[in-house]
Amino acid sequence: MPKVEIRSESCKACEYCVKTCPNKVLALGAESNSKGYHYVVPANPDACIGCKLCAIVCPDAAIEVYK
Amino acid sequence: MEKIYTRPSYIREGATSGFCPGCMHSTVHKLVGEVLDELGIVNKTVTVWGVGCCILGAGYTTHDSFGSPHGRACAVASAYKRTNPDEIVYTYQGDGDLASIGIAETIYAANRGENFTVIFINNSTYGMTGGQMAPTTLVGQKATTAPFGRDPKQHGYPVHVCELLATLKAPYYLERVTCLDAPNVLKAKKAIKKAFQNQIDGKGFSLVEIMSNCPTNWGMAPLETLEFMKENTLKEFPLGVYRDKDAE
Ligand SMILES: Cc1ncc(C[n+]2csc(CCOP(=O)(O)OP(=O)(O)O)c2C)c(N)n1
Ligand code: SF4
Ligand code: SF4
Ligand code: SF4
Ligand SMILES: [Mg+2]
Repeated sequence: MPKVEIRSESCKACEYCVKTCPNKVLALGAESNSKGYHYVVPANPDACIGCKLCAIVCPDAAIEVYK
Repeated sequence: MEKIYTRPSYIREGATSGFCPGCMHSTVHKLVGEVLDELGIVNKTVTVWGVGCCILGAGYTTHDSFGSPHGRACAVASAYKRTNPDEIVYTYQGDGDLASIGIAETIYAANRGENFTVIFINNSTYGMTGGQMAPTTLVGQKATTAPFGRDPKQHGYPVHVCELLATLKAPYYLERVTCLDAPNVLKAKKAIKKAFQNQIDGKGFSLVEIMSNCPTNWGMAPLETLEFMKENTLKEFPLGVYRDKDAE
């Protein structure tokens, strides 16, 4: 099953990945990182198809994709 | 299961960039890193930073780099590349740096066809100093020094660097791209890769202008800047190839 991992400390909650994901896998989480950003979490992980689009648009290289 | 996307070796392990949320300076750093990894040149590449938010990249990346006086990156890179021809040299500059205080150095390095790469972040503002009007600020766009928006009668029109340099004979490759969605990020990466490959092949001056945002000084959420760019920035600054001697 494809999956994404978020480097929570690098995420700045810009939401580019949230908007880009075709399957609505990602959402801003309830927890915040040490800089105060509500980092993204895979809220709907089973829907991930490993297309990498989220990682491609992430400015901060915070997303790792596995397939 | 295999990892199919990870950060490039050019980004310091565990580092977080100093750029604001959603700033395309971050995206471009990542793309440069991916290109240097793919071309296998990360260990022989040297960055010449301009002055501006670009310099936040210095603590974020792993390889050798140095700063230049404001606007002079193309002059510094000319000297460095001529004296170290086996190294890969690129300047990384903003629009205030490259197109205002440094426009003379940019034009003359391009006119000499210097064999280095220019990564030019055009966010239509002086980001680092708090949002003053840049040469590239759009007509009507507000800035701290143009509170009613840029007025051509008072301030002139936006400066188009690719078009300007395309009037010269020597530049080898000039392309304008953006990073506002995944297809455009991939196109931007392709352009950056070509601009470095040209240098490896000794072809001469290659510049990629990346149309970018500045959420902080534009006073917009990151996602809003993408819509603003589609409606405004890209109409004033059309994307495309302005010079490619490979294709001539
Ligand atoms: C000689 C000199 N003049 C002015 C400044 C102040 N200054 C610092 S960065 C900058 C402009 C930055 O704008 P830009 O190149 O567009 O970079 P951005 O931060 O937008 O990426 C200016 C005017 C300076 N550092 N040195
Ligand atoms: S890899 Fe594709 S499907 Fe999976 S989270 Fe990213 S954008 Fe969504
Ligand atoms: S694109 Fe990157 S930095 Fe932005 S919200 Fe998604 S993971 Fe975080
Ligand atoms: S001030 Fe603007 S250009 Fe500078 S890091 Fe922040 S968003 Fe980017
Ligand atoms: Mg700028």
